[in-house]
Amino acid sequence: MPGLEDLYREIILDHYRSPRNRGELESPPAVRVEGFNPLCGDEIVVTIDVEDGVLADIKIAGTGCSISQSSASLMSAAVKGKSLAEVRELIGTFKQMMSIHESTLPSDGADGGGGEAAEPEVIDIDALGELAALQGVVKFPVRIKCATLSWNTLTQGLDESGVSA
Amino acid sequence: MADLTPDADGGTDDTREGPTLDAVTLAKDFPLLSREVHGRTITYLDSAASSQRPSVVLDAMREYDETTHANVHRGVYAIAEEATRRFEAARTNVGRFIGAPSPSREVVFTKNATEALNLVAHSWGRSNLERGDVVVLTEMEHHANIVPWHMLAAERGIELRWLPIDDDGQLVLDDLDTVLDGASLLAVTCMSNVLGTLNPVAELATRAHAAGALVVADACQAVPHLPTDVAALGVDLLAFSAHKMLGPTGIGVLWGREELLESMPPFLGGGEMILDVRKDGFTPNDIPWRFEAGTPPITEAVGLGAAVDYLRAVGMDAVRAHEISLTAYALDTLTDRFGPDIRIYGPPAAEDRGGVLSFAFRDVHPHDISQILDEYGVCVRAGHHCAKPLMRRLGVNATARASFALYNDERDVDTLVDALDAAGKFFG
Repeated sequence: MPGLEDLYREIILDHYRSPRNRGELESPPAVRVEGFNPLCGDEIVVTIDVEDGVLADIKIAGTGCSISQSSASLMSAAVKGKSLAEVRELIGTFKQMMSIHESTLPSDGADGGGGEAAEPEVIDIDALGELAALQGVVKFPVRIKCATLSWNTLTQGLDESGVSA
Repeated sequence: MADLTPDADGGTDDTREGPTLDAVTLAKDFPLLSREVHGRTITYLDSAASSQRPSVVLDAMREYDETTHANVHRGVYAIAEEATRRFEAARTNVGRFIGAPSPSREVVFTKNATEALNLVAHSWGRSNLERGDVVVLTEMEHHANIVPWHMLAAERGIELRWLPIDDDGQLVLDDLDTVLDGASLLAVTCMSNVLGTLNPVAELATRAHAAGALVVADACQAVPHLPTDVAALGVDLLAFSAHKMLGPTGIGVLWGREELLESMPPFLGGGEMILDVRKDGFTPNDIPWRFEAGTPPITEAVGLGAAVDYLRAVGMDAVRAHEISLTAYALDTLTDRFGPDIRIYGPPAAEDRGGVLSFAFRDVHPHDISQILDEYGVCVRAGHHCAKPLMRRLGVNATARASFALYNDERDVDTLVDALDAAGKFFG
């Protein structure tokens, strides 16, 4: 039986109470994307500046629960200043963390059963740094959508910026 | 089963010194309510989403499946006739429960209330509404009573008008006659699934009819919780779901005035809904089967019939009185304990509302509240409750919602309060 401490790690509560990179960049030139969680009504706005293949700046706006807000905050800190290739790789690793565990859970997983199940347990947790604090979320399948909302929105923003890594 | 004992604190307008009920005893009829979650006995406060089922409902469905099941309206052998008789008996039983003047002909079984409302939009709407015609909704409608009309607006170019609500969650009726002017239909909920607001449906129906509009009522939250009489309400169509009234999922009800249903074309096409099919066309069946294409939810109809019997035995006046009393206790207790830290939406007086309490608690997101409450075995809903226009009116993305049924009592409220206290400390 997973406990609340698996979900609400101290890092998560810290980012929830003091979110990093809050606000919106001026758009244009920034790319602005809105994400919605239809389950809970949460809305997130991600604005990004892409310069020379680098995610030069990112801001997060909108409202949500502690998991979606802290995940967005942690994400913004992790991707800012990184090359687009690195950002895409980080997104992939994070979503893998969210789906691998999910696939090993009993069959009530929530996130559309995503993830090609072929690569078990090879994610590089160390590469995720503070983001690893979110791995407890997978024990609470309903909350996976909260944690992945900002990441899906960022992916959409990268796609719309017209640059693929 | 129903232990009807006089209750000292009656005094409400519709149940003055009437009977009430013993929720602690009734709760024993519901097997699920004795299970544990995270090592604690469950505190189920999400009946507005779906209610639990008493043993008599579960037993009736099992008994039917084990002794009687066959397809209805087809075979001439014994169990097929018995199955048909029980299916149609459930229909008549449901019709009587809501005061239908012609219970065997006016009750249409659907998949759920959502399908019932879509049936209205599809069948009545498409044969009666054209570009520029007006459908009036309220800001507190569930998506099930909004989206079908949006779809018709996109397809037909009909106009949607909205009755607003005030800050207490009551409909603002100052401009009602203006809004209804030229309207073809008023689509209104009897009781908000978010605010608990009880709308003055009878008055609305009178004024809608005066304006030449028909009325379809969403009674999902009303039928399980207070006496419902379609004749007294004066509406033309009324939809509700079995699974919110102690019955199973998979079956809902559309009640409609006999002459109105007779004027409506079929909804889905297939078996059961026809009298004749030829190469050059078909002749639709009589009501209500005209609207029931394919094999219906037979076991579920039997379960719904048993749920109706259970509610009738307890007494809907007693259910209403109990829920007023419990809602008053919850409003008082939550306000006393948390003061300005809690904001409860909807009408302030328990008599004006059903047992649905949506609230904001400090700055804690409803998802997080619900997560902590779950640790205490407390089941509440967190989200937009399929009422996003209302959420926007309230200026929130989501609320937490605790909702009661006849099996809840004051201990459930006390557990909720303790768990909320813990959530406040956790996110403090």
